[in-house]
Amino acid sequence: MRVAGEVGLAEECVQDAYVAALRAWARDGIPANPAAWLTTTARRKALDALRRAETLRARRRLLAEPEAYEADVAVETVPDDRLSLVFTCCHPALAREAQVALTLRLICGVSTADIAKAFLVSETTMAARITRAKKKITAARIPYRVPAPEELPERLDAVLTVIHLLFTTGHTAPSGGRLVRSELVDRAADLARMLRELMPDEPEVRGLLALLLVNDARRATRTDADGRLVLLAEQDRSQWDSDAIEEGHRLVVEALRAGGVGRFVLQAAIAALHARAPTYADTDWPQMLVLYDALSAAWQSPVVALNRAVVLAMVDGPAAALAEVAALEHAGSLAGYHYLPAVKADLLRRLGRHSEAACAYRDAWETADNEAERAFLAARRAEAASRGACGPEEGAGD
Amino acid sequence: MAQYAVLIYERETPGGVADMPPEVMEAHRRVPERVRELGGRIVSAYATQPSATATSIRADVITDGPFIESKEALAGFFVIEADDLDQALAIGRVVPIMDGGVEVRPLIQE
Repeated sequence: MRVAGEVGLAEECVQDAYVAALRAWARDGIPANPAAWLTTTARRKALDALRRAETLRARRRLLAEPEAYEADVAVETVPDDRLSLVFTCCHPALAREAQVALTLRLICGVSTADIAKAFLVSETTMAARITRAKKKITAARIPYRVPAPEELPERLDAVLTVIHLLFTTGHTAPSGGRLVRSELVDRAADLARMLRELMPDEPEVRGLLALLLVNDARRATRTDADGRLVLLAEQDRSQWDSDAIEEGHRLVVEALRAGGVGRFVLQAAIAALHARAPTYADTDWPQMLVLYDALSAAWQSPVVALNRAVVLAMVDGPAAALAEVAALEHAGSLAGYHYLPAVKADLLRRLGRHSEAACAYRDAWETADNEAERAFLAARRAEAASRGACGPEEGAGD
Repeated sequence: MAQYAVLIYERETPGGVADMPPEVMEAHRRVPERVRELGGRIVSAYATQPSATATSIRADVITDGPFIESKEALAGFFVIEADDLDQALAIGRVVPIMDGGVEVRPLIQE
């Protein structure tokens, strides 16, 4: 930044440094301090770039079929190197999770701690997985090479996962003071748009773009003027970006018509149903439950099961949902995931079981790392505790 | 150039090599030529006798049969030199496989 003098150029230089880094690392192995290596390389790149400002632009490269893009000025101006790097990093010789984690770390700059949160594992575990993947890259000499067009489909699912996790990490930051990290959200949306240009007929690509558009359409209303969290039920729907929601809805319809019933299309369908409902209470909850059942069938995930429980509460009442949440809690796969006690707390609150709700809010507060979410949970906890305090023994074994 | 072991796993036929269809045998004979075309080099190559001929030693106990029992048995291996894993995998793909697969392993080098 200091050398480049402006964010745009600095970003380009860092990006360029990543390209150089991956080439050099594939050749010589990963350096002991990759961050310092990148900074040094980026600074040198910035100096080069200032001397020959047009060079970087000229070096841009498209993944496939460059002639298809020439007419589209908008696409030419987006940093396509990053998408090709994502495809490059998602090499099938690496385990799927390693592909995604390594790409988020090296290409998208997400911290190991935040990646660990996304995968619901400890930071130590994730650091070990990333190290193992880097070792394999070096030992097996996995090359830096932009994949050929016919290689893209086998890497697509990992690429979709990378972009989605990049988005969710920005949409609700796993740690820190702000709820939203706009730069990550915007970068994910850019990547999704580029991917749509590259693979326009893939239903899951449409689904992912739709999911990002619809969820991000609510960005302005998710916190109040003081940065405090505002729940979906209380958000000002008139302030949502209706163009983005309609674009997302159209993409979902197209994808469903094309036979897409993958996890991204279905998540986008759920998000669009929420976004197009006139009010929270008037949401089509039975339809929402049908979509969640389809999503659960397409994608075995305890997080999906937890979200389905929230919808079940709207259809069959909080008691039915609480039983599902208790089963998930018993299964243990969501240990450390603060949304589990948060959902449980809300269900208990609605059932009038205030002291148990206070305990669950405390559990959620203790595991959450985002300040906006913690403030919300603390307020809810205080409110529940005023109607029935959480005794020390009650919470301890819960 | 880096060295890789290409391990060939196949479902075994009762008569071993004698049961292999002639076109598969012919494809095997063409492997060295295909490897050269792909820019790699074969350092050494071996085919093993059927796994029924294997004898295992585990903690000093000698037993009949392969060390690891599986549907597919190790049928042979060869060592190649290639630029990187992608080239090694391209070479691994030219090995004719009827009902199994190959495993590509980088070798430890000085």
